Amino acid sequence: MDSDMRSTVLDNGLKVLIEEVHTAPLASVWCWYKVGSKDEQTGLTGVSHWVEHMNFKGTTNIPREQIKGIIEKFGGSWNGYTWIDQTTYMETASTAGLDRMLFIESERMANCIYAPEDCESERTVIISELQGGENDPDNLLEQEVIAAAFKVHPYRHPTIGWQADLETMTRDDLYGYYRRNYVPNNATLVVVGDVEADDVLRRVEKAFGDIAPGAEPRRVRAVEPDQFGERRVEVAKEGTTAYLKLAYHAPGVNDPEFFPMLVLDAILTGAKGLNLWSSFRTPPPQRSARLYRALVERRLASSVSAGLLPTEHPFLYLVSATAMEGVGLENVEAAATKVIDEIARAGVTDEEMAKAKNQLRARLVFENDSVTNLGHQLGFFETVASVDLFRNAPQSIAAVTKDQVDGVAQKYLRTDQRTVGWFRPTAGGAS
Amino acid sequence: MTTAVGRGLAAHRVVLKNGATVLVKEARTVPAVTIQVSLRAGSIYEADDELGLSHLTSRTLDRGTATRSSDEIAEALDARGVSLTLSANRHVLTVSCTCLAEDFEPMLQLLGEMVMQPAFPDTEVTTRKGELLNAIRQDEDSPAAQAVHAMFAMIYPDGHPYGRPAKGRVETVSRLDRATLQRFHRSRFAPSGLTVIVVGDVDHSRAADVSERVFGEWKAATPAEITLPHPPLLPERRERVIPMMNKAQADIAYGFTTIVRSDPSYYAYTLMNNALGQYGIGGRLGDNIRESQGMAYYVYSSFDANVVEGPLFVRAGVNPINVERAIAAIDNELRKMAGEGMTAEELADCKLYLVGSIPRMLETNQAIATFLQTVEFFGLGLDHDLRLPALLEAVTLDEANAAARRTLDPSRAAVVVAGPYEGNGSGNLFQGATT
Repeated sequence: MDSDMRSTVLDNGLKVLIEEVHTAPLASVWCWYKVGSKDEQTGLTGVSHWVEHMNFKGTTNIPREQIKGIIEKFGGSWNGYTWIDQTTYMETASTAGLDRMLFIESERMANCIYAPEDCESERTVIISELQGGENDPDNLLEQEVIAAAFKVHPYRHPTIGWQADLETMTRDDLYGYYRRNYVPNNATLVVVGDVEADDVLRRVEKAFGDIAPGAEPRRVRAVEPDQFGERRVEVAKEGTTAYLKLAYHAPGVNDPEFFPMLVLDAILTGAKGLNLWSSFRTPPPQRSARLYRALVERRLASSVSAGLLPTEHPFLYLVSATAMEGVGLENVEAAATKVIDEIARAGVTDEEMAKAKNQLRARLVFENDSVTNLGHQLGFFETVASVDLFRNAPQSIAAVTKDQVDGVAQKYLRTDQRTVGWFRPTAGGAS
Repeated sequence: MTTAVGRGLAAHRVVLKNGATVLVKEARTVPAVTIQVSLRAGSIYEADDELGLSHLTSRTLDRGTATRSSDEIAEALDARGVSLTLSANRHVLTVSCTCLAEDFEPMLQLLGEMVMQPAFPDTEVTTRKGELLNAIRQDEDSPAAQAVHAMFAMIYPDGHPYGRPAKGRVETVSRLDRATLQRFHRSRFAPSGLTVIVVGDVDHSRAADVSERVFGEWKAATPAEITLPHPPLLPERRERVIPMMNKAQADIAYGFTTIVRSDPSYYAYTLMNNALGQYGIGGRLGDNIRESQGMAYYVYSSFDANVVEGPLFVRAGVNPINVERAIAAIDNELRKMAGEGMTAEELADCKLYLVGSIPRMLETNQAIATFLQTVEFFGLGLDHDLRLPALLEAVTLDEANAAARRTLDPSRAAVVVAGPYEGNGSGNLFQGATT
């Protein structure tokens, strides 16, 4: 999918990225906002995600009952998600639907209604989403580990929010948050597909040009203070299976150490790539990776995975393992930390470097195989860093040296910088 | 262009002398190739005391062949950034991967070795078996998995192969060993049941030549096909509660058997199901249960016709206090769909959507490969993507509504709730949720 990307900023501050890809008669539109759960205050956790839900519920010019069908008539799919740094909305449909997609996104930016009864009805939908997540012990443990790894930075609270906040938040909390953050100067609009860039730009101007800019939204200033020693959390709950997590503070995507850390992750658990929308749904090539060999091939764990995700601020390198039945978590932890401590002490090999880079090169090809996936990547990186960082990723990965990887292993994979989490199943789980 | 409009996919199909089928579609969007190798070795071929055999076999194919050790295979895959997907459904076992175009030949060669000459080393069988047992134990703690398993056992009763858990049970998997896997391989893996699908940045003639070179000399007797019984329609509604009081949310699985894939009403069912539980956010069910009543984050219906009558089922996750309300809402929506039918406008909307979706559904190499696998398995014809719009357009309102009437009868549904919910505590009936 090689073609030139058009990048421009409208007078109202809306960043617009357009890429022509003429392989299928499709267009994908993504609208990104620089607002995620890290921008939330105590007592209002989950507001970013709830606002995302409300923004599918009708606008001044699209009555709620008419939303359904607008994109479907063009064979399209639509969706949205919220995470720690960003909220995004997407449609992919036949090119003929482009104006409708742009119209929906412009309405979403400027004219959502937040009818009180819709806010109430969505409260229970979101609590249901939270409770569905709690059914998964691995998910529960992850939430606890992240909360323990950060004591100051708002990355500590889950994107879905804490249930008590979801029970008490008001319509005005939601609407106020929407109005402050959904302004063109806080957004990036991406169009990828079988389109002509000049034509798209005209249509975008028409749909978004009249939306007034807003005040610059408040930005997070919190910096996580140094950690002085290992932290440990345990979740003990009825269940059948034990889970382990090891979280290490990790560089943000803008840090030059991000790509060396990405190569290090590939050596430990196999390369995932950089696309949260597509790549993380398929397992990485990991059978020769160090942690897979030490845990899965030795029958201590039935699976191991890890993630270094592209985040605006320093987040976590999070390693997860599912203990084999009958194997104590202390044994899984000992085997995992042995591998990690060893790589921090003695570094990686040239062979491992070459293999990790090959894997990442392949994953970057696989994960940009549709207009939807490419649209995601352009907007995602523009939101957390810059689209250039994504454009240059292949070169950045190729340029990573063994010394850099050894350096980040030593710097980040430190015993006193980690948070260890155990999910310990107690008796009485359903059978 | 790789699009399904205009001249369509027009995949090339070759049948090798030994009966193996090769399908190739050139697609140049990215310099990558997706390979899918399938065999008629799914879970329906398992004996009752060997459930999980197909699944475990798939997971062990890549752990050693006649000429390569497990570690050598791991290196061959990881060095190229390739991860295999090993899967087994009821009828078919599939090994698939996506690789860079430059790696196509060595990868097809490797997949061929796995399928034709797996070594099933003892130690690998033991390790993979442990993983499978762990996965079964995880499912035991998952309300979603429990609800779905129980519903399938109810609509496919008496040990019907569609009603058995694909991963098997602890007691059946514990029994499996190297000899069982070797026997399954000898009896079920043969060129007559082999389909090789190649989609991506490779010439079709070269892909066919390489496939011929890899698989052309393979000889193995054609396995006996088995005849599956038709599942009975339930004589009355069946309900079951699986209390899992350690959980936060209850999962509902609510289903029926429907039709075989070759039934002429397949497209009527597809459209009816789209209106019922797919279109927008979960069709009519989503409008009612999620959008109007705010009861669930997810509710949808799923329809999957198969060699024998496949299922149509509704799934939802709700707070335990809403279980009965949600089931009553599902009952109502089904009754309404069966009684009043869908509107002409709804049918037209669903047609527009499903026909319009085709280019999007066939955009990536993986999606095309999966589509071609379905086309080949059910014998739909290589021009199926071109005929699909007309097949959907031809469905009349009467036909769609007849499909609803034929299947959506709450008084003959199988209904399961798994989660922090105990029903009326005296058996397996819900309070106030019967029809």
